[in-house]
Amino acid sequence: TAAGAGQDVGRSCILVSIAGKNVMLDCGMHMGYNDDRRFPDFSYITQNGRLTDFLDCVIISHFHLDHCGALPYFSEMVGYDGPIYMTHPTKAICPILLEDYRKITVDKKGEINFFTSQMIKDCMKKVVAVHLHQTVQVDEELEIKAYYAGHVLGAAMFQIKVGCESVVYTGDYNMTPDRHLGAAWIDKCRPDLLITESTYATTIRDSKRCRERDFLKKVHETVERGGKVLIPVFALGRAQELCILLETFWERMNLKAPIYFSTGLTEKANHYYKLFITWTNQKIRKTFVQRNMFEFKHIKAFDRAFADNPGPMVVFATPGMLHAGQSLQIFKKWAGNEKNMVIMPGYCVQGTVGHKILSGQRKLEMEGRQILEVKMQVEYMSFSAHADAKGIMQLIRQAEPRNVLLVHGEAKKMEFLKQKIEQEFHVSCYMPANGETTTIFTNPSIPVDISLGLLKRETALGLLPDVKKPQLMHGTLMMKDNSFRLVSPEQALKELGLAEHQLRFTCRVHIQDPRKEHETVLRVYNHLKGQDYSVQHLPDGSIMVESILIQATAHSEDQGTKVLLVSWTYQDEELGSYLTSLLKKGLPPSTS
Amino acid sequence: FFQYCLSGHPTLPCNVLKFKSTTIMLDCGLDMTSTLNFLPLPLVQSPRLSKLPGWVLKDGSTFLDKELKECSGHVFVDSVPEFCLPETELLDLSTVDVILISNYHCMMALPYITEYTGFTGTVYATEPTVQIGRLLMEELVNSIERVPKAQSASMWKNKEVQRLLPAPLKDAVEVSMWRKCYTMPEVNAALSKIQLVGYSQKIELFGAVQVTPLSSGYALGSSNWIIQSHYEKVSYVSGSSLLTTHPQPMDQASLKNSDVLILTGLTQIPTANPDGMVGEFCSNLAMTVRNGGNVLVPCYPSGVIYDLLECLYQYIDSAGLSNVPFYFISPVANSSLEFSQIFAEWLCHNKQTKVYLPEPPFPHAELIQTNKLKHYPSIHGEFSNDFKQPCVVFTGHPSLRFGDVVHFMELWGKSSLNTVIFTEPDFSYLDALAPYQPLAMKCVYCPIDTRLNFIQVSKLLKEVQPLHVVCPEQYTQPPPTQSHRTDLMIDCQPPPMSYRRAEVLTLPYKRRYEKIEIMPELADSLVPLEIKPGISLATVSAVLHTKDNKHVLQLPPKPPQPTAGKKRKRVSDEVPECKPLKTLLSGSIPVDQFVQTLEKHGFSDVKVEDTAKGHIVLLQEAETLIQIEEDSTHIICDNDEPLRVKLRDLVLKFLQKF
Repeated sequence: TAAGAGQDVGRSCILVSIAGKNVMLDCGMHMGYNDDRRFPDFSYITQNGRLTDFLDCVIISHFHLDHCGALPYFSEMVGYDGPIYMTHPTKAICPILLEDYRKITVDKKGEINFFTSQMIKDCMKKVVAVHLHQTVQVDEELEIKAYYAGHVLGAAMFQIKVGCESVVYTGDYNMTPDRHLGAAWIDKCRPDLLITESTYATTIRDSKRCRERDFLKKVHETVERGGKVLIPVFALGRAQELCILLETFWERMNLKAPIYFSTGLTEKANHYYKLFITWTNQKIRKTFVQRNMFEFKHIKAFDRAFADNPGPMVVFATPGMLHAGQSLQIFKKWAGNEKNMVIMPGYCVQGTVGHKILSGQRKLEMEGRQILEVKMQVEYMSFSAHADAKGIMQLIRQAEPRNVLLVHGEAKKMEFLKQKIEQEFHVSCYMPANGETTTIFTNPSIPVDISLGLLKRETALGLLPDVKKPQLMHGTLMMKDNSFRLVSPEQALKELGLAEHQLRFTCRVHIQDPRKEHETVLRVYNHLKGQDYSVQHLPDGSIMVESILIQATAHSEDQGTKVLLVSWTYQDEELGSYLTSLLKKGLPPSTS
Repeated sequence: FFQYCLSGHPTLPCNVLKFKSTTIMLDCGLDMTSTLNFLPLPLVQSPRLSKLPGWVLKDGSTFLDKELKECSGHVFVDSVPEFCLPETELLDLSTVDVILISNYHCMMALPYITEYTGFTGTVYATEPTVQIGRLLMEELVNSIERVPKAQSASMWKNKEVQRLLPAPLKDAVEVSMWRKCYTMPEVNAALSKIQLVGYSQKIELFGAVQVTPLSSGYALGSSNWIIQSHYEKVSYVSGSSLLTTHPQPMDQASLKNSDVLILTGLTQIPTANPDGMVGEFCSNLAMTVRNGGNVLVPCYPSGVIYDLLECLYQYIDSAGLSNVPFYFISPVANSSLEFSQIFAEWLCHNKQTKVYLPEPPFPHAELIQTNKLKHYPSIHGEFSNDFKQPCVVFTGHPSLRFGDVVHFMELWGKSSLNTVIFTEPDFSYLDALAPYQPLAMKCVYCPIDTRLNFIQVSKLLKEVQPLHVVCPEQYTQPPPTQSHRTDLMIDCQPPPMSYRRAEVLTLPYKRRYEKIEIMPELADSLVPLEIKPGISLATVSAVLHTKDNKHVLQLPPKPPQPTAGKKRKRVSDEVPECKPLKTLLSGSIPVDQFVQTLEKHGFSDVKVEDTAKGHIVLLQEAETLIQIEEDSTHIICDNDEPLRVKLRDLVLKFLQKF
């Protein structure tokens, strides 16, 4: 069930029920709303009863607020006391962003009935941090495993597994390594269902290098003509990548215009990157002892007063969608001057100022009915680290899912991607709306225990050189309580304390043959040998065909008639019956 | 299930496990105690060392005086130091599929294994293990390569000659197998074969075996390993600690239900309490410095040094040592200090919480920032300008045979004001000091070994209850110097199986079951029958597919349709070998009911005779006889096949098929 992020971007929240276990994936908020719609509708999950009883666990994919913003509301106000899983960096950074969000909402906008600082702290106490690739046993049947997602520091994809059924949830991910993070990676885990984001479902982005060059050119030009550049960003994520980009460019071009990073989170944010350097890309990890990429020389902390300074400057300010806070304040100040530029490096959800100016609106109604005219240049550069259509297809190829479900994207674009996926991979693809439930049937094979004796016997029977050739095997499946064991029929009888019942048949076949008994036997032997079955002439004068016994005696009254006794068990019924009828037809004339 | 024991050193193990169809090497520790037989490598020309007299045999012959030197009654080899490798002849090491590393001290022989034996497999280790292991190897290579030694002594290794030498050279084992240090290219090649793993990550090997590293609490990234199939579980416990120092605590719960627990890497100093030793370390250090002397701490560049620096951080101000410079000298000092700060996920809870703030987890960051701790790659260069006395120097190598420590021993050895404090437990401090005698400097022995002691081991074994314990023979008897201390050995039931170098053990367990998967289509076709309350049986007749050690049962294909014409049936790979189904029967036949059934089916002349074991049912007209006993039935019927078949089916009605 999608409780959020169904055919939409923002407030990601998905409920997965797999083999009787209920897992909630992400707990995000929607940036575009300021009312109830800002949080997912948790009544989709369960109408009555406590969430703690219903949910086995909650998984948070990364620290962006559209994936974790509703967490304190969910755990402390709606009420959930079960485990919440996230990676270490997410656990470290998430509470800081939540607190920041709370401050903007409560302290600046004066909203009441919102979660408190204490609630954030209490919520974080329920969080269990996980390592990449660690298999976390949530309970005896449910296990989860995190994979590197490359979207932001600490972003992860999660595999949720119960028995042999499994789901992979990607969260947001990026399949191309950037200046500070590596590429998402997953093994061929063949989940029954892959739930993937589809933010850029239809875009195939041009090469990274081009976009970077373009970005630098625009910044450079604006600064050269004395303009100011505003780059609204989220404190952690793209900001660091763009900082690295500008820092190296400034160094190379020997530029003097100041670069600022809005205060508060900046230094802290960079510090997180330094301490969690193992989550960044190979190059940064390799060189960090000599030079830590997150120690910037040209980028300084921003002070509110700097916005009015004359001359060119570049400012990174939060938040990224221009919906509140410092970035919005600076935007208001600079919007009227056509020399200035605002560069939106990421996606903006509907309802935000960012979204409005990107869709071409140049007259904005602000609080208090004021109209703000936007004269500054507005540029959009897709730096946000989501997988594009190519990346999504690549991930599907890596994981080889049996079904795909699209979330975190716009309906129209999803429809396009859905068709593409169904065409190329021949798997079913779904795209539920909020509140809609998608049911996917799996057809799991059943693991049972096979006794080694039986397995060895069966493989030994196939003494053929071609071991790969499939073998037909027979056994008895014993089902007791919940244990399934495949054993040989003999062992099954023994374990049940039952005795085998021997069923034997004996037929007498009369044959006209005046010769001695042993000669008759020899004729029978010659008649039967050379067939598919093994025939032995035993020293005591009898013949064994496989395990069927044939004996010859002279008839008590008629010495010219010999009596052949054919005796077999039920297990040899087919052959025994066949031999009797064969012998009844008589023996071929003796050649000797 | 075999274990090949390639190392006799209990804390530097190297074992190879043959488990199911895989060959798994557990650790490859390098025994460096062999270097104690060599003269130290001085960084600057040492007149004292170069003037040492050559060793002369009792009979006065001097043919060894170039190779062997005498110092205060001890004889040393004057050559590049050499290491004692794990056994390489016991089995063909190119057949090793994987190597599991438990901590950075136990991987020092890796280049010898991966680069010289034809090894083509994969090595598994955690990220901190690899990074710090690399630093240890780099330091080792650097400190040996930077003092080129013209001479490479080999004459003394001759078996006939070795016999004539004084102890301990006389008793040194397998000297012909001792090897010089590897080079950096070899280290890099070896490390490139490592695949990084995280704690509790399940790694599938060839579909047959699953291996999982678990936190062992001893060092950054140190792990114990679980090696298991669906039915067997071997736990490999190597270098574990229950003390709270900087690493993540030991995961004990996952070791439960082991068939075999291999136990190595216990504390080397079972009688010393690490906390007490740290206290003694601090007070000795403070006393020496207050008296105007210098303190030398021979150490590895990672591990206990982090804890010592943390103690000093808390201690120096109260002890009035804030103006005393602390120097950490190693080619990898900077890297080690930096790396320690970025492994938040591998640290204990307290340190993790600091990272969340975000603050560096180790306080040595602050010591560096306030200039109380300074680090240098070597004594040359910058250090010689900054060097102020009295001071405290942390430097390697703890064997005192190479590295910058040799210089400080020569420099400070003559003054009784100075102190050398031994904290690393890997080398006997008396042996380490032997080539520096006579020595005026004070020597303090505060070995800090946080690994499990015997009390903790017995608690652990009671907790996790393995069926069998396997350990080095040293752990099954009291230490040779304290033979009365029967508490200093492993005590468990059944008694542990012990091993020694170059032995092959057969591990005691029997497999009885294997996992197999029944495909859904086949499962649907099965007809279970409840035989006893709660127990159902179903006869399975299916095609067995085996691939990558995984077994799958599928529905047998339908018999091929008879094709028109006289085309020869082509043998297709898809058609399995078909053997007729051999069904077993069970149950017994109640004679009265059987006779009734016969009569119902039109037999009017049924006659029953009692025998000793059962009954004989006679069908007089048909001249047919049925012997019925408790668990057998015999139908003797001559010429009437339809009758026989009819009787067979009537009998079967009373029996159950399996």
